[in-house]
Amino acid sequence: MSNAVAIAGVGMHPWGKWGRSFVEYGVHAARAALKDSGIPWSDVDLVVGGETVRNGYAGYVAGSTFAQALGWNGARIATSYAACATGAQAIDTARARILAGMCEVALVVGADTTPKGFLAPNAGERWDDPDWLRFRLLGMTNPAYFALYARRRMDLYGATAEDNALVKVKNARHGLRNPYARFRKETTVADVLASPVVCDPLHLLDICATSDGAAAVVLTSVEYARRHGIANPVRVEAVSTVTPTFPNTTIDMPLLSTDSTAVAGAPELTFKEAIGQAAYEEAGIGPEDVDVAEVYDLSTALELDWIEDLQLCKRGEAEVLLRSGETTIGGRIPVNPSGGLACFGEAVPAQAIAQVCELAWQLRGDAEGRQVEGAKVGLTANQGLFGHGSSVLLAV
Amino acid sequence: MTATPVIDGWFTTGEEPHLLASRCIGCSNIVFPPVSSEAGGATSYCRNPTCDGEEHETVELSRRGTVWSYTDAQYQPPAPYVPQAEPYQPFALAAVELPEGIVVLGQVADGYGVADLKVGAEVELVVETLNTDDSGDRTIYRWRPVR
Ligand SMILES: [Zn+2]
Repeated sequence: MSNAVAIAGVGMHPWGKWGRSFVEYGVHAARAALKDSGIPWSDVDLVVGGETVRNGYAGYVAGSTFAQALGWNGARIATSYAACATGAQAIDTARARILAGMCEVALVVGADTTPKGFLAPNAGERWDDPDWLRFRLLGMTNPAYFALYARRRMDLYGATAEDNALVKVKNARHGLRNPYARFRKETTVADVLASPVVCDPLHLLDICATSDGAAAVVLTSVEYARRHGIANPVRVEAVSTVTPTFPNTTIDMPLLSTDSTAVAGAPELTFKEAIGQAAYEEAGIGPEDVDVAEVYDLSTALELDWIEDLQLCKRGEAEVLLRSGETTIGGRIPVNPSGGLACFGEAVPAQAIAQVCELAWQLRGDAEGRQVEGAKVGLTANQGLFGHGSSVLLAV
Repeated sequence: MTATPVIDGWFTTGEEPHLLASRCIGCSNIVFPPVSSEAGGATSYCRNPTCDGEEHETVELSRRGTVWSYTDAQYQPPAPYVPQAEPYQPFALAAVELPEGIVVLGQVADGYGVADLKVGAEVELVVETLNTDDSGDRTIYRWRPVR
């Protein structure tokens, strides 16, 4: 039996710093996705909301908030939180109910309004909280973690700051004509290198911003989609939301150390490799079949790590792919045709859904101005705090 | 003025300081930072999925390791980071792989920057002043390149 469900419609609210309620963005995206699907709101029997946890408080009770804002229609609701993977977990919840025959039409919505200013830990002294201790004892910020990964690539594989900058240049060009992208401006390698170094080797323009935004998908059974006149829908073939396997050998934000490999030995796959591998295995589709990928470029260098983690090339060869234009639209395996986080900035509970929206447009041939010609298989990937990560594999 | 560790039980002081880790009595798995009784029971659960141990003993980690990666903080980190000097002085950070199979993050010793570091290079543990408050110097472990 296939684990596939159909993507009947997708919709987004443009990313930006709009300063309005996340509910407005979410409803905008939800109505766009419903319109795209041609399915009336009254037929939706499940709403899954992606929420965000800000300063320890689950501030957005998302499923019911969106269901109420669209007008109570009696649908069941669920709310997901999985850090950067929130949207994928929400999609997985909807998919599971559809595959179990407990739901026919599910609306999945993620939306965020980012706070003004710098993301800093909660006030007060918390000597048992690693997220507080990393600032108090080490001054270890989020970009410092990204910089560790970037520097390791450079020392091990001979990558350069220019390579990192080239990721930004490529993604900036990809996003130029994406109406949902927040930053739409050509960027040169010189621009990136002229921006201040935040954490060596990363410059300001190597690191993504935070944004407001919303994304939504309408999922149905493949059978329902056909009955509804969508003969050949884009299908969700796999949703991987695996957790790490002990020992976790990469220092993940906000931790101060890895697990020790002394007792169990290093696992065969790193956490990020395992996220992609689980999606391939579930779909029965391999990396050689992937035509386009949307990966989490929190920093430019992280995109290069992801390309290898997803087995789209051998370890240490992502720069070669990048330099030869193979990850640019028109190349062998275009990465982040949407423009990626470089052009969007991160809107946490919406971002994994936005990745899926972009790939749905790509596989339908509707990605105007940034189309990957003939794309049949697309893959998303991201990783966030607390052992969360996801990869969604779509096919048409 | 006295010098006291900014946090209790994480490292020893003196000529040859060591990081202090917790070793599971059941399976010998080592964790750093050490298990804190104040942090509550959940932090004492052994991370090894094949072990249900909750009891630990304190062990010293090796003083020397190799650099897994490194960076620096060109801008002053937000509170609760406490800057030691005005104006702010950037400092370097290193993730260091120890023979115990664990990678530990730390600041790099005063006077050293990213130009002094390389993935795979050897570093050793030192204890230096992190900041100074009413009680005197508050100290922290750091990684110093081995020449
Ligand atoms: Zn144990």
